[in-house]
Amino acid sequence: MDTAQYLDIFIEESREHLQTVSEKLLDLEKNPEEKGIIEEIFRAAHTLKGMSATMGYTDLANLTHKLENVFDGVRYDKIKVNASMIDVLFEALDDMIAMVENVAEGGDGKRDVENVVNDLLAIEKGEALQARAEAVSNPADSADASIDGHKLDEFEITILGESKERGFENYEISVELSETCLLKGARVFMIFEILEKLGEVIKSVPAVSELEEENFEHTFTVLFVSKHDQKEIEAKIKKVSEVKDVSVSVFSIEEYKADIEKKVQEEEQAATAPTPVQQAPEAPKAESKTPAKKEGKSAKSGQNKTIRVNIERLDILMNLFEELLIDRGRLEQISVDLNHGDLQETVERMARVSGDLQNIILTMRMVPIDQVFSRFPRMIRQLARDLNKNVEVQIMGAETELDRTVIDEIGDPLVHLIRNAIDHGIENPEQRLAKGKTEQGTMKLEAYHSGNHVFIDISDDGAGINKHKVLDKAIKNGVVTHEQGLNMTDQQIYQLIMSSGFSTAEIVSDVSGRGVGLDVVKNTIESLGGSISIDSEEDKGSIFSIQLPLTLSIISALLVELKEEKYAIPLSSIIETAIIHKDQIFHAHAKKVIDIRGKVIPLVFLNDIFDVPSTEEEESDYTSVVIVKKGEKIAGLVVDSFIGQQEVVLKSLGDYLSSTFAISGATILGDGQVALIVDTNALVK
Amino acid sequence: MTTTLQDRKVIVFNLNGEEYAVPVQNVGSIERMMQITRVPKTEHFIKGVINLKGVVTPIVDLRVRFGTDRREYDDSTRIIIVYYREMEIGLVVDGANDVIDIPEDAIEPPPEVINTVHADYIEGVAKMGNRLLVLLDLEKVLDKKENDYLKLEA
Repeated sequence: MDTAQYLDIFIEESREHLQTVSEKLLDLEKNPEEKGIIEEIFRAAHTLKGMSATMGYTDLANLTHKLENVFDGVRYDKIKVNASMIDVLFEALDDMIAMVENVAEGGDGKRDVENVVNDLLAIEKGEALQARAEAVSNPADSADASIDGHKLDEFEITILGESKERGFENYEISVELSETCLLKGARVFMIFEILEKLGEVIKSVPAVSELEEENFEHTFTVLFVSKHDQKEIEAKIKKVSEVKDVSVSVFSIEEYKADIEKKVQEEEQAATAPTPVQQAPEAPKAESKTPAKKEGKSAKSGQNKTIRVNIERLDILMNLFEELLIDRGRLEQISVDLNHGDLQETVERMARVSGDLQNIILTMRMVPIDQVFSRFPRMIRQLARDLNKNVEVQIMGAETELDRTVIDEIGDPLVHLIRNAIDHGIENPEQRLAKGKTEQGTMKLEAYHSGNHVFIDISDDGAGINKHKVLDKAIKNGVVTHEQGLNMTDQQIYQLIMSSGFSTAEIVSDVSGRGVGLDVVKNTIESLGGSISIDSEEDKGSIFSIQLPLTLSIISALLVELKEEKYAIPLSSIIETAIIHKDQIFHAHAKKVIDIRGKVIPLVFLNDIFDVPSTEEEESDYTSVVIVKKGEKIAGLVVDSFIGQQEVVLKSLGDYLSSTFAISGATILGDGQVALIVDTNALVK
Repeated sequence: MTTTLQDRKVIVFNLNGEEYAVPVQNVGSIERMMQITRVPKTEHFIKGVINLKGVVTPIVDLRVRFGTDRREYDDSTRIIIVYYREMEIGLVVDGANDVIDIPEDAIEPPPEVINTVHADYIEGVAKMGNRLLVLLDLEKVLDKKENDYLKLEA
C-alpha cells in the first residue's frame, strides 16, 4: 500500500545502480588504487541500501550494507583490493541482482546470502566492523517492532509534519494479535481497511509486504494520520476479532528526532576499539537517509533529465506517425493537382512541421548501443577465464544510437560473435607467446554511424581465419562445389563459416563449435535489414563487420522511372546522380561503362534487369544514371528519369515474395500506388 | 436453406465461364479491381502487388495459373483475398458474388482434367442442380513449388 507505488522506481533505479557497481568493479580490478572508482561504488551501494531498507527488502539491505562496509574499509585503506576479493564482490553483486529481479517478478526479494555475507565479513577483518554492522542493520524481526527500530525517511517525516498543520493527528498504533490467530494476513487486512476509513497509514513496521506474507510474530506497529480521536480508533480496531491488544499513542516528530540523535551517540560509544577514522562514516550514516537521498538526487540532476516511457506507447506513436506520413504524401500530391495556393501553402507548412515531428519521433526510439555493450566486459572476463585466455576488451562508440527494435535483436548475435572470437580467434597465452605476440589478446568493439547506417565492428588480434581449412570443410559438407571454390574471393570464403551446418572446431565446446550459431547470426542481422562481412589475416586477426539500417521503417529514397513504372532507390546507397551523353558510354569487356572523374563505373540497365515492358524503343541521346556504392564497389544504375527525393515508409513484400531478386521491399506512394524498393547491394558486383 | 454440419459454406466465383468454389473461412474479403504493381522476376502467375489498407499484398492471376487465355479486366473483375499459410494473397477472378452451402454428399472426386485446369489444383467437384462447382485446393494453387503444369510464358 505505502511502498507499492514506488516499486517500479525502486526496480529501475536499483538496476541502474547495480549496473554502475558492475562496471566500476571491472574498472577497479584494473586500477585497484583508484579512489574515484571506490567512491562511486560506495555511493551506489549506499543508495541501494537506503532504498531497499525503505522498501522493506531486508535481505537486500543487509547484503548491500555488508558491501558498503567493505568499500568503506577500502576507502580508508583498511582493506586492499585483490582478485579473490573482486570475485566475492561480484558474487555479492550477482546475489543482489537476483534479488532485485525477484522483486521485479513480484517476489519478496528474499535470498539465502549467508555464504557471501560471511565472505564479506571475512574480508572486512576486525571485530569492530562486525559489531557495528550488526548494530545498525537490525532487520525488523526483533520483538521490538516500534517505529524507532526503523528510521523514517524524509518523505515520511514531511508528511507527518504537514499533517499537523492540516488538523490531523499523528498516531503510533501498536496492534497485538492473539497467539491463536491463524490467518494473520486476513486480520491485518481487516485492520488496515478500518484504518484507511479513518485516516491514512504512513508507515508500518514490519513493512506491508511482510505483513501480507504473515512474516511477523503477533505484533505490528503503524504510523497513522487521522482526524479521529485516539479512543475511537482504539475501539474500532478492538472490534476486529482475534485482536488481543491495541495501543494508540500520539506520535511526536520532535521526540522521534531527538531519539535518533541519542541513538547515534549511543552507537558511537557501543562500537568497541574502533579507530576514529572508522567512526566518521558511521555518524553520517545515521542521518544517512536524508543526505544520501539528496546526494543521489543531485547526482541525478547533473545528468540529463529523463522520463521513462512505456515502449508500447512509442510503438503506437510510431505507427500513427507512419500513417500520417502516407497521408501527408497524398495531400502534397492532391495540392499539386488542384493547384490551389492556400492549400499548397498550408500543406507545405504541415510538411515542415511533420518533418520536425518525424525527426523527434525517430530519435525518441533511438537508444545508445551502450545498453548492449555494457554487459559485455563482464561476460568477456568470465569467458576468458573459462577458456584460459587473456583478453582485453576495448569498446568504442558506445554512445552510437540505434533504433530500439534493432537494439533488442542485435544483442544475441553480438554475444555469439564475441564468444566465437574468444573461443576460436584469440589464442591462449602460450600460443600467443610462441607466435611472438603479446600474452594478452585484444578485442575491439566499435560502433559508428555512416550515411543511413550504423556499423558495428568486432575485431580481434587472434589467429585469423584459415581460408583453406574453411574451403575444404565447406566443400566436404557440400556447401559449395570445388569449382565454385576456385572462383571465390577471400571474403566470400570467410562468409562460408556462416552457412548452416558448418563448423571447423574439432571439438564441439560448450561455448561454440556446434556450427549452428553463426548462420543464425547472419539471418538475424539480415532480417533487420543489415548485412555482415568478414575480413581476416592469418595469425593477425579478424574483423566481423555488421552493417545495420539506422531506422527500420522510414528511409529517404530517390524515386525513379523505368518506362511507366516507379521504383525507389534508398538514398543511403547513392553517391550521386548524373545525366550522361551517349558518347560518354564506353565498352569494356563487352560491358558498358562510363568514366566519372577518372573512375570507370560499370553500367547496370535496370530496364533489362527488371524486364520492364516497353511499348516502343525510345532512343534518347542522354541517359540518366544513379551511381550507387556497396562498400568499396561502385555501379551506375541506368534509369529513364529521376522523379525526386522522398521519405518513404518501408513495407515488406511479405513472405510470399520475400526472395525476389534485387527488390528489398515496397513502399506506398502518395497516390496510393505501390512502388518497389531496389536492393542496390544485389546489383553491385 | 438451413446449413447442416455436413455442408460446406463456400464463395463461388467465375473464371473463364466456369464456376469455382473456395471455403468461406479461407476468404478475407472481395475487392474491386485496382492498380497492380508488377514485381519483376517472380513466377509468371504472380501478377504483382497491391496496396490493401496499407499492407502490400501479392496478387495471383488464376487465369495464368490455370493456363487459360488472358482477358481484359472489366467492371465485374474482382480480387478475392484468401488466407494461405498465415499470409494474405489476392486472386484475380472474372466475377464473384455467390455464397452457398454445398452438402457433403454432392461432392465427387475430380476427373482428370477440367477444361485446362489440372486435377492437382482441384479438391473435388460438386453438382448443384445444373451447376457444376469446382472446389479448389488453395494449397496446391498457391504453392510456388508445385509443378507448373503450364510453364508456357505468356
